[in-house]
Amino acid sequence: MTRNISKESSLGKNNEESVVKGVSRRDFLKFCTAMTASMGLPLGMANLVAQTIQNPQRPPVIWLHFQECTGCTESLLRATHPTIESLVLDIISVDYSETLMVAAGHQAEEAMKKSMEANEGKFILVVEGSVPTKDNGIYCMIGGRTALDILNDVAPKAGAVVAIGSCASWGGVQSSDPNPTGAKGIHEVITDIPVINLPGCPASPYNLLSTVIYYLTLGKLPELDKKNRPLFCYGRLVHENCERRPHFDAGRFVNEFGDYGHRNGWCLYKIGCKGPETHANCPIQLYGDVGSDAWPVGTGHPCFGCTEKGVGFVKPIHQQASVFTATPPALFPDINQDKGVGMGAGGAFVVGAAAGAAVASGVKLSKSLKEKDTAEKEDKE
Amino acid sequence: MNIERRDFFKILSAGAVTAVGAKPAHARKWQHRGRNNDAPAILYDATLCIGCKTCEVGCKKANNLEVEHSSLDEWHGVKNVWDSADDLSTSSYIKMKLYKNGSGAVKDQEKDGFSFMRSACMHCAEPDCQSVCPTSALLKDPKTGIVTWNVDACCGCRYCQVACPFEVPKFEFDKAFPKLQKCFLCNHRIAEGKIPGCCEACPTGATLYGTYEELLVEAKKRIGMEEGKTYDFPVNRVDSDRRETQKVKKYNSYVYGEKEGGGTQYIVLASVPYEKLGLPKLPPYSSSGKSEKLQHTLYAYLISPAVLFGGLMVAAYRSTKKENKEE
Repeated sequence: MTRNISKESSLGKNNEESVVKGVSRRDFLKFCTAMTASMGLPLGMANLVAQTIQNPQRPPVIWLHFQECTGCTESLLRATHPTIESLVLDIISVDYSETLMVAAGHQAEEAMKKSMEANEGKFILVVEGSVPTKDNGIYCMIGGRTALDILNDVAPKAGAVVAIGSCASWGGVQSSDPNPTGAKGIHEVITDIPVINLPGCPASPYNLLSTVIYYLTLGKLPELDKKNRPLFCYGRLVHENCERRPHFDAGRFVNEFGDYGHRNGWCLYKIGCKGPETHANCPIQLYGDVGSDAWPVGTGHPCFGCTEKGVGFVKPIHQQASVFTATPPALFPDINQDKGVGMGAGGAFVVGAAAGAAVASGVKLSKSLKEKDTAEKEDKE
Repeated sequence: MNIERRDFFKILSAGAVTAVGAKPAHARKWQHRGRNNDAPAILYDATLCIGCKTCEVGCKKANNLEVEHSSLDEWHGVKNVWDSADDLSTSSYIKMKLYKNGSGAVKDQEKDGFSFMRSACMHCAEPDCQSVCPTSALLKDPKTGIVTWNVDACCGCRYCQVACPFEVPKFEFDKAFPKLQKCFLCNHRIAEGKIPGCCEACPTGATLYGTYEELLVEAKKRIGMEEGKTYDFPVNRVDSDRRETQKVKKYNSYVYGEKEGGGTQYIVLASVPYEKLGLPKLPPYSSSGKSEKLQHTLYAYLISPAVLFGGLMVAAYRSTKKENKEE
């Protein structure tokens, strides 16, 4: 849906005045509806979402970077076509972000301190990257303080804590064996405050946007799964919505990169696709707003399970997935399958015709016998 | 019967000449048919199965079998896409089936769980189908142990269908010159040095090819492994270089087919009890083997006819003697 917006606005079709800079009213409402749908809310809520987004009271956001590659921030900036980008800047007030802020050094640290004090209990804390815990956390230091220190200082004052990306969620690539820095996810360090995990490498920017808007619209956190991921975006397996799924069901697998099956878009399970054990909305949301197939499996590479703890960065990329099935498939015969589905039309016709013929000939026979009988009687008389 | 006395004797003498001239059939002593340790075999491990049905596809390709259609076609309004027979049939040598209990949430769990099961010819060590065949159309290859079928010998009685404890052989009831259809363990491919179509297609190693001995060792090793540990499961064939790492699940305590019904060449491992997966509880001997042994013992050296007819003679002689005395 959001892809359509970009197409239309690039054509400059809608020049109506907008509530948000650079976005037509029509496109804005479209975006709100799409957001509402992706959050799993009833469509009637779209107006409420629109109101929230127009709310001039932009919630302050403190965005911390620890052990990471800034890929999540990059994807948030790049994946957006211009309208979403301006929305991001217009609905939230990013008070501290090492990537985006103009200020530097002590000035920047001062801004964070001020925002924290002014908005205690109200600001949204977004953490990108894992926290090193080994050797008192000396492997990641900002402004002379360790990541552990900063997090323990900021997190208790936040209204909501969001861990964006696989690193912040459960350690990511730094936590891979042998994990030299003792990297841990945010919720493993901050245990007394609920942390929303938005894993992904990088995390889909729309999942962050939806979570933030959900929080602002309804004043509460979205429903989470056992691993604290919002159900609206991590509720289903990649395998369930994958465009290559019919090939899995038909037993057509890619055996190696570049073979016939690979060139024809067959299922990537055999070469290590982790879709069957990874929960994410990648096949629906896609990446970068550039159209269909813009996600790993769409481009021909197996899913590597970045949104699933214990899969991405843990299992080898080409190791086969353990197929996780919420419910067993429906299209299988039962062990003791009932046999005999009744007679087909052709069979019924044949049997019917035979029975009819038998009855007819029986009637005829009895008739002729009767006739013979009476004739004999007459003869005798 | 209107037949002249003269003609009757003519026929009789001709029959006698034929009988004398005919090659006498060899009265064979009963032999335990058994299973060679180096015979080709298949191991199906239900805990590795992902239900992708690739084995069915591979089998159909290897044996040039037709795609089957069912009500699924109508539901989806497509033709020649779904292959959806509900059981083994004349064009499905393998059928993937599903065991489901309660909520069916956890794979390889008996209660509130599910498991796949792959039904196909078990290639019994002492096959009942072969034993009941009156014309020896079904044969158990003495070397490979594959149970094959000879079109020229078959009289079409379908005893084999009834005798099989696994309900495997299927007859082409809808054809004028029907054939018996079942898995022949891809004997044409094995003869070429290839492995069966299903084993070649299986992506996880759930359907594994190897010699009976190798597979039994592998199966017993898996039962002995600790649950939850990882193991590199071989794919395609037991001695393959291709291996896939998976967690070991809790297996049943024995390998189905090692002893069941006198043993089979298609052996099964699973977590859900085998009876629940449609594998019948069979005695550790072959019923047909037992009855055959009994028959062959009774008729050895014509002992029982001699005893029977001798007894009859004695009885007849006694009663005639009695009658004579009474007179």
